[in-house]
Amino acid sequence: MRRLLAALLLWLAGGRRKRREAEEERERIVAPAPKAPAAELVVVGLLFCAAAAAVAFIVFYAIDGLRGHTQWFGLAFGGSLGFLGAALIVWSKKLVPVEEIEENYPEPEHPEEQEALHRIVRESGSPVTRKGLLTAAATAAGGALGLAALTPAVSLGPVFDTSSLYGTPWRRGRRLVDQDGKPLRVDDIAEATFYTAYPEGASQDTVGAPLVVVRIPAGEMALPADRVDWAVEGIVAYSKICTHAACAVSLYRKPLFPPTAPRPALVCPCHYSTFDPARAGKVLFGPAGRALPQLPLRADRRGFLRAAGNFSGPVGPSWSGVRTKGARS
Amino acid sequence: MSGRSALAAACLVALVGAAPAAAQPRSGVARPDNGDSLSLRDLGEQLYAGNCSSCHGIDGRGVRSPRPGAGDVPSLGPSLRGVGELAADFYLRTGYMPLGNPYDQPTRRDPLQFSDREIRALVDYVGSFGGGPAIPSPHPERGNVAEGQHLFTEHCGGCHQVAAKGGFVTGARVPPLDDASATQVAQSVRIGPYVMPRFSTKQISDSQLDSIIAYVQRTRHPPDRGGWGIGNVGPIPEGMVTWFLAAVVLVITCVLIGERVRS
Repeated sequence: MRRLLAALLLWLAGGRRKRREAEEERERIVAPAPKAPAAELVVVGLLFCAAAAAVAFIVFYAIDGLRGHTQWFGLAFGGSLGFLGAALIVWSKKLVPVEEIEENYPEPEHPEEQEALHRIVRESGSPVTRKGLLTAAATAAGGALGLAALTPAVSLGPVFDTSSLYGTPWRRGRRLVDQDGKPLRVDDIAEATFYTAYPEGASQDTVGAPLVVVRIPAGEMALPADRVDWAVEGIVAYSKICTHAACAVSLYRKPLFPPTAPRPALVCPCHYSTFDPARAGKVLFGPAGRALPQLPLRADRRGFLRAAGNFSGPVGPSWSGVRTKGARS
Repeated sequence: MSGRSALAAACLVALVGAAPAAAQPRSGVARPDNGDSLSLRDLGEQLYAGNCSSCHGIDGRGVRSPRPGAGDVPSLGPSLRGVGELAADFYLRTGYMPLGNPYDQPTRRDPLQFSDREIRALVDYVGSFGGGPAIPSPHPERGNVAEGQHLFTEHCGGCHQVAAKGGFVTGARVPPLDDASATQVAQSVRIGPYVMPRFSTKQISDSQLDSIIAYVQRTRHPPDRGGWGIGNVGPIPEGMVTWFLAAVVLVITCVLIGERVRS
């Protein structure tokens, strides 16, 4: 497809070449400059390198689970811009004739002067011998770079299979454990502090695993009617992953004397998204677009905390269709 | 009792009237003229009545709903029954108390408004309300800095930053820990001042707390491998330095590829 495009560009450029050669029979305005085919090849090479690096960005983006992908993205996109810049530098240094103009241009409304200006622009390009190839290379570099810049937008759209993003390790009956795997009991959870919990017998490293657990004093709880039984003795659990940019919600604002201090809230340290743990994780402030997903809890007969189902919604940052489906086990 | 209330009221007027001058050391505090000759308990009682009772109540039961105070400053404050000497010592030795306006976040004050003897008297008096933990005596020299860093990152770093330089939580400032003594770190972990969560010995044992304090003390002299810590507060100053270097590189590039027009 691209080869076809390049051939088309070459053909168009070739058609114009004859007309320009006829014009050059007339007296020149810009003195003929020495041809520099080697420099042209350098420019072409650099432009194709820019195109290749931009294509590499798209390829890196498409590879799932690439190690150090941020660095590869930066290297590819930065490299593309660098090659493009280098090409433009060589182009301006070696292929554009430089002439110092002594007098000012007259007012541009005179048609002959305008025509002369057009000719100056056209004839400035005369030392270039491979115009078609240069045009094709520049088009390839610009096009590929533009495409690379647009590639991440694909992640927003419904193109990819997002079904794996709905999955979490939580399911009905799974116990809550601390970082060392010790099961959490109802009695372990005190007020005015916060705990991080994980699913028993599952990886702690998946985005759906970590929870932030807090105990809300009886008078302050304000869960919606359909979630009243999601709390155990005032203990509520939310996904610890911020719904804005997936940072860990590691700040718990818990006033010692509520009448004079801001109300209790879970806060993400990255961009200060603030969630209300007493009101089903509602966003109080900040860039997060969705409430923190809540995990329904229950206590078993021995007093261990267990999940009573899966989260109220998908965990982590949003994507296309995030509000249409719930979390899956 | 009525005599004490009258004294309290008089002192309240004196205190609130002087509140704007709170930045000046030891002004705005009502103290008995014969403080040096009073016993510790009597001094504590009088200082409490003069400086604390308008918000915490003359009986230490607190003021739960705003009561009109002098000027625009309402009287409002938590009960001190059951908080104990630990909390009193922390709030007085950091300068968090006395607080000019109960709606302000208490901040560290230096120099303190009370002398050491006055603080001991007040701590003793608040302790006499009963309950609450005693002043802890941590041993950071027994702590393990590596374990402390791990625990600090997990429990404290979200708000105070890994470098213990403080920061913000929505609605409140998070203080840096540069000036916090070992005892004050230990106290704040247990009581959770202002909007900070508190941590029980189940969550952070006393020996783990020693490690955390050892780490906090280490953050005051961090090893700067690059030679320049740039404040040790993370990506913002580091990014600014990068921008500065990048700008220099860009200017050099412009000079190299550009040509000066001679006329």
